[in-house]
Amino acid sequence: MDRRSLLLGASAALTLPVFGAKAQTAQITGAGASFPNPIYQKWAEAVRNAIGIQLNYQSVGSGAGINQIRNRTVDFGATDAPLNAQQLTEANLLQFPTVMGSLVAIVNLPGIAEDQLRLTGPLLADIYLGKITRWNDPQIVALNPGVSLPNLAIAPAYRADGSGTTFVWVSYLSAVSPEFREKVGVGTSVRFPAGTGARGNEGVAGTVRNVRGAIGYVENAYAITNKLVTTQLRNNAGNFVKPDHKAFVAAASAANWNVPGFAANVIDTPGADSWPIVAPTFILLPTNPTDATRSANVRRFFDWAFANGSKLAEELEYIPLPTSVHDAVRAAWRQGFGA
Amino acid sequence: MSLALSFMSHPGPRKDAATAARLGASRKRADRIIRTLCLAATVIGLVLLASILITLFYRGFEAMSLRVFTHVTAPPGSEGGLLNAIVGSLIQSLIGTAIGTPIGMLVGTYLAEYAKDSWLGNAVRFVSDILLSAPSILIGLFVYQILVLPFGGFSGWAGIAALAIIVIPIVVRTTEDMLQLIPNTLREAVVGLGAPKWKMIILICWRAALAGIITGILLAVARVAGETAPLLFTSLGNNAWSTDLSKPMSSLPVTIYAFAGSPFEDWIALAWAGALLITLGVLSLNILARTLLRSRI
Amino acid sequence: MPSASATLPHATRRRSSSFGDKVFALACQAAGLFVLILLGALIIELFIAGLPAFRAFGIPFVTSTDWDPVKELFGAGVSIYGTIVTAILAIFLAVPLAFGIAFFLTELAPPWMRRPVGTAVELLAAVPSIIYGMWGFFVIAPAFAQHVQPRIIDTVGELPLIGFLFQGPPFGTGLFTAAFILAIMVLPFIAATMRDVFEQVPPVYKESAYGLGATTWEVMKGVVIPYTRISVVGGIMLGLGRALGETMAVTFVIGNANRISTSLFGPGNTIASLIALEFGESETGSLKLASLLALGFILFVLSFAVLATSRYLLRSRLKV
Repeated sequence: MDRRSLLLGASAALTLPVFGAKAQTAQITGAGASFPNPIYQKWAEAVRNAIGIQLNYQSVGSGAGINQIRNRTVDFGATDAPLNAQQLTEANLLQFPTVMGSLVAIVNLPGIAEDQLRLTGPLLADIYLGKITRWNDPQIVALNPGVSLPNLAIAPAYRADGSGTTFVWVSYLSAVSPEFREKVGVGTSVRFPAGTGARGNEGVAGTVRNVRGAIGYVENAYAITNKLVTTQLRNNAGNFVKPDHKAFVAAASAANWNVPGFAANVIDTPGADSWPIVAPTFILLPTNPTDATRSANVRRFFDWAFANGSKLAEELEYIPLPTSVHDAVRAAWRQGFGA
Repeated sequence: MSLALSFMSHPGPRKDAATAARLGASRKRADRIIRTLCLAATVIGLVLLASILITLFYRGFEAMSLRVFTHVTAPPGSEGGLLNAIVGSLIQSLIGTAIGTPIGMLVGTYLAEYAKDSWLGNAVRFVSDILLSAPSILIGLFVYQILVLPFGGFSGWAGIAALAIIVIPIVVRTTEDMLQLIPNTLREAVVGLGAPKWKMIILICWRAALAGIITGILLAVARVAGETAPLLFTSLGNNAWSTDLSKPMSSLPVTIYAFAGSPFEDWIALAWAGALLITLGVLSLNILARTLLRSRI
Repeated sequence: MPSASATLPHATRRRSSSFGDKVFALACQAAGLFVLILLGALIIELFIAGLPAFRAFGIPFVTSTDWDPVKELFGAGVSIYGTIVTAILAIFLAVPLAFGIAFFLTELAPPWMRRPVGTAVELLAAVPSIIYGMWGFFVIAPAFAQHVQPRIIDTVGELPLIGFLFQGPPFGTGLFTAAFILAIMVLPFIAATMRDVFEQVPPVYKESAYGLGATTWEVMKGVVIPYTRISVVGGIMLGLGRALGETMAVTFVIGNANRISTSLFGPGNTIASLIALEFGESETGSLKLASLLALGFILFVLSFAVLATSRYLLRSRLKV
């Protein structure tokens, strides 16, 4: 018995430095959206080393995350689809955004270079509705003078698994196409009338890589690291923009954040340089926490992330929130929790 | 190919030259075509296995390093490994097997020694066989309903329960099969010496069937170690180091599933490393189990 | 325990041993009952959990091809269709191969080759499902998309009667790819069953046929197959039962489309893949989650029927 506990102690001592755990780490748990999972993991690593709060975040999907925070089985929930004011009040939840992400359209067309093809939101909606089926469709040709478009079937690819990525994508298509809103609507998984699904970003990108004439949507981070062929999009102001950092930031600053639950609409914002498909992701924090210390630690965690985590977010191709939004969120914390 | 030719030109085992000569040319041709097709089918089967293994080795070795075994899963871009997933898989598979095995052995014993042809025995045998091939995702859903929902969340215990349910019918099958191989004369001799039946079963029958039962247990470990679907809704996965069975627990298959669909190259590489690990582990267990069985019987 | 005491004339000689016997027999019987209860609970639990969906949509749930999470309209039609089509197609692909392998292993292969080759084929059954998924997605799907499907679409797809089965964009994924992967996964089960029953044919039958001058194939066709027909069908049903519920591999390559596609190259759904893909985004208490569990119940009924048939057919072999 003694020997065993000695061994256990020794192995614990050996393993501690490997895991970088500190003796007095405060634990917090969260569950939900998969879209921000990488940056939450990255922040968790940094926060643990900086102020000794250990976040255990489970990327279970937005639906399950909302469910877990309603049942209070975690300290906070995370969702890509914001709850409305009434839902928040009913469940005694405070909602705030943490970071934003952007989506890009990717294509596989012979002879088409990166950011060469110009598309519009309504066109994308018609493609995913199965109404525009060939790449040399007059509507696409008209947008792309001087580009030789092949007579090739369009093969749209979408996320097979329910995901925040799909939520943002169909939010955009529904915002720009009344018909898409009517026939498909907005959700983390929807019924696409055309195309095929593939699992995860890797699945969509792989399908687009494999199939000539394919089009898909992925997170910007993925398009960059995998050197996928992205396209230009026409934004709300009528300008064609390339998916770059400048365009994402422009979109974020053009949004109106002064709405209940910070549920700002960053989709298709009016700025002249705005990239049209940008979306924030949200945290749900109980206003009547079962454990006040843990709740305070959640706020300390995100306070640190707001103050110091922007560079990490940009490394993973997320878009930090404007500083004014950080301050507004902190004000909401003070109002909700008094500290 | 010389191998193939030698077997095809080889006359059937029970035909002599005289009868072969009497065969019509068309019959001989049909025979040869079928033989070739059968050889082709076998070659296709082997090529498929080889293709899977080559893919795994090719992509898994690229990503394999000591780090895989010494570090827990980490955010993309940080130095991460699969330690928590490997340990989680070991814990859940081993405890799941440890729970499922005694139940399975008792059921197998019941079927072989007590209820050979009874109505209840037949029902149990039937149900156990159905469980053996039942979709494992349904077992995951079932455990989600009875353990995850009522007890406030995903946990290692729920994963273990799901795996134990998968283990039971495997052990039942091998135990019953092995006990049936034991000659009745042995049983009669022991009982004739005055030993009670339970002693006879435990000391004589189980011991005689030991190699077979161990084979079954090894196969059960191999089967559950590779299961993903029952763990998705039960132990869920955990990015941090955790051996707390009341908390969500990581496992190799679920980590592979999550990482393989992720946008990050280092995660996808880890998924391949994990895939290679788990396949090597599962296949070696299978080969070990088969060798063990053959050396004893 | 009348049967136990009947075989144990001396068991009552000592009280302790009779007590031990009772406890042990009871433990065995309790374990047996536990397995019965387990399966019963599984069925009931899935049914109860799926009840809200059955209540909301009624019997048409089973046939409805709706699956629209946004409008909260759910039906099992598309995924039942996909489950059955992929499983049956997989069987069509796997049975000839399995037969060839079993024939080769029992009648053609030199004895030294039988064991290693047989083991290798059986190892196909040991490879975890998720590995098939990754292999299917990263190896098979690209090969199909770039080489196999474009050719078939341009040739067979143009034919008048069967052409519609092979049309559409060559995604590389979809029903056919899923069936192809499933075929490989069930191949070892069918091949092993066939080999086992072929080996059980009494040699004297075969020898008399050989003695009459029959070729190996004629012995197979005229003696072995008629003798083992029922068990062979049982083995095929076992493969079918496995194919119906296979999850992870299918999830990678099926394409998850909530619509019925007439083309085999089109995307689809199976019950198991839909559950795996959509579960995370379903809230507890939602109609979607209830519908997924109702689908689970339907899948269980389907596989139960197939597996029970398989077992019935294979049982008749045991009694011969």
